[in-house]
Amino acid sequence: MSEELLNLTLHVWRQDGPDDAGRFETHQAKDITTHMSFLEMLDVVNELLIENGKSPIAFDHDCREGICGTCGMVINGVAHGPQKLTTTCQLHMRQFKNGDEIWLEPWRASGFPVLKDLVVDRTAFDRIIQAGGYISIRTGSASEANELPVAKEIADQAMDAAECIGCGACVAACPNASASLFTAAKISHLSLLPQGQAERQDRARKMVAQMDAEGFGGCTNHGECEAACPKGVSLRWIARMNRELVRAMVTADAPIESRKR
Amino acid sequence: MQRALTLHQTTIGKKVAMALSGVILVGFTVGHFLGNLNLYLGQEAMDGYAETLQSLTPVLWGTRLLLLFAFGVHIASAISLWVRNTQARGSRYKKRTDLATDYAARTMYWSGPILLLFVVYHLLHFTILPDHPGEVYRNVVEGFQNPLIAGVYMAANVALGFHIFHGFYSAFQTLGANHPRYNSYRRDAAIAISAAITIGNLSFPISVLAGLVTL
Repeated sequence: MSEELLNLTLHVWRQDGPDDAGRFETHQAKDITTHMSFLEMLDVVNELLIENGKSPIAFDHDCREGICGTCGMVINGVAHGPQKLTTTCQLHMRQFKNGDEIWLEPWRASGFPVLKDLVVDRTAFDRIIQAGGYISIRTGSASEANELPVAKEIADQAMDAAECIGCGACVAACPNASASLFTAAKISHLSLLPQGQAERQDRARKMVAQMDAEGFGGCTNHGECEAACPKGVSLRWIARMNRELVRAMVTADAPIESRKR
Repeated sequence: MQRALTLHQTTIGKKVAMALSGVILVGFTVGHFLGNLNLYLGQEAMDGYAETLQSLTPVLWGTRLLLLFAFGVHIASAISLWVRNTQARGSRYKKRTDLATDYAARTMYWSGPILLLFVVYHLLHFTILPDHPGEVYRNVVEGFQNPLIAGVYMAANVALGFHIFHGFYSAFQTLGANHPRYNSYRRDAAIAISAAITIGNLSFPISVLAGLVTL
């Protein structure tokens, strides 16, 4: 490990608010150690900006240990930057070389309007979850653990889908700004488990309808989402979502609203 | 009716429509290629094959209507999704690095319209306004002896190969068939079918230009 200090040129997207047109600003990041995380590097840049009486670069972050899904920005054209299976907060400066130019942009999607600089409004994902990403069970005291048998393979698959942390990198990376991978991961995770069967058909229909209503694009099977996903969520869940939706549309009873007519 | 309409209103339903109509179109492409192999059996075989097709009027028109329908669904869904997908990005990235997109996937929006123009030209050239009506073999050979026309056909068939590769591979995914155990076969099958159709179709103008097939 080198103790080399990095001097970097950052081209950062600055946008004062949702209605601002936005522009790139160039900032220097000086004497950055390779042990810093990417967000720590931005903290250093921001400290200098604040000292000079300028507005710091706004970016989202929370746990900084790669599990909460809050952070995320497009770094040199790649969501979460150059390291595979890694969120922005877990990306370290040893991935960069002295003198590098780094372009920083927010997730760009109609469904994710920019709030400020690199911060986007991801409540569209919350509304997709609200549309059907839940199970209706009696809460109260926990039931006996072995009451509902779940095969090991099924539990593993559901866990793979449930790895999605909802960061939005799939939308950012998709050429069509599609939220298919996110929605598919959530639909698959719940539809695999016995607890998810009660709302299974309604869930696929409602979550897909909400995904479309939020203005996200459609899937064109390019695979950019899977490649950018920091949790390695697989494209196969999109195939499963399609199966779930078609099955719901073809076999389900008519939706309650239209039954009255 | 209600259910089918509702499905088609979703982005996934439109993709399913694209996949199903695409399967019909790929199926036709394979049949079209196999029929054209009659070119290598000589003038009599080729013209006889064409005459047989023409004499089966209900089959001929049934196929034509099915293809027209498939084309209509395929193109309408593509335009609808294209408009939606363009709007979904909003502002464009200054820097954008592709991690997974292959050439075929990236160029679908180009290969599609190119193929549409080619199909129109191809129909005008051999079906609607042929130089010598009823003489299919002669029309093909004389047409391909012109390097410009042969070049148009060869370029279009390369575009067809890329379009079918991504389309065939994607159709499985869209229709829900994605399983780790079979995905490598899915890719191999897409390569095999697109390569077979492209190389096979390229062989016709090349054979004529090389003087292997003559009047």
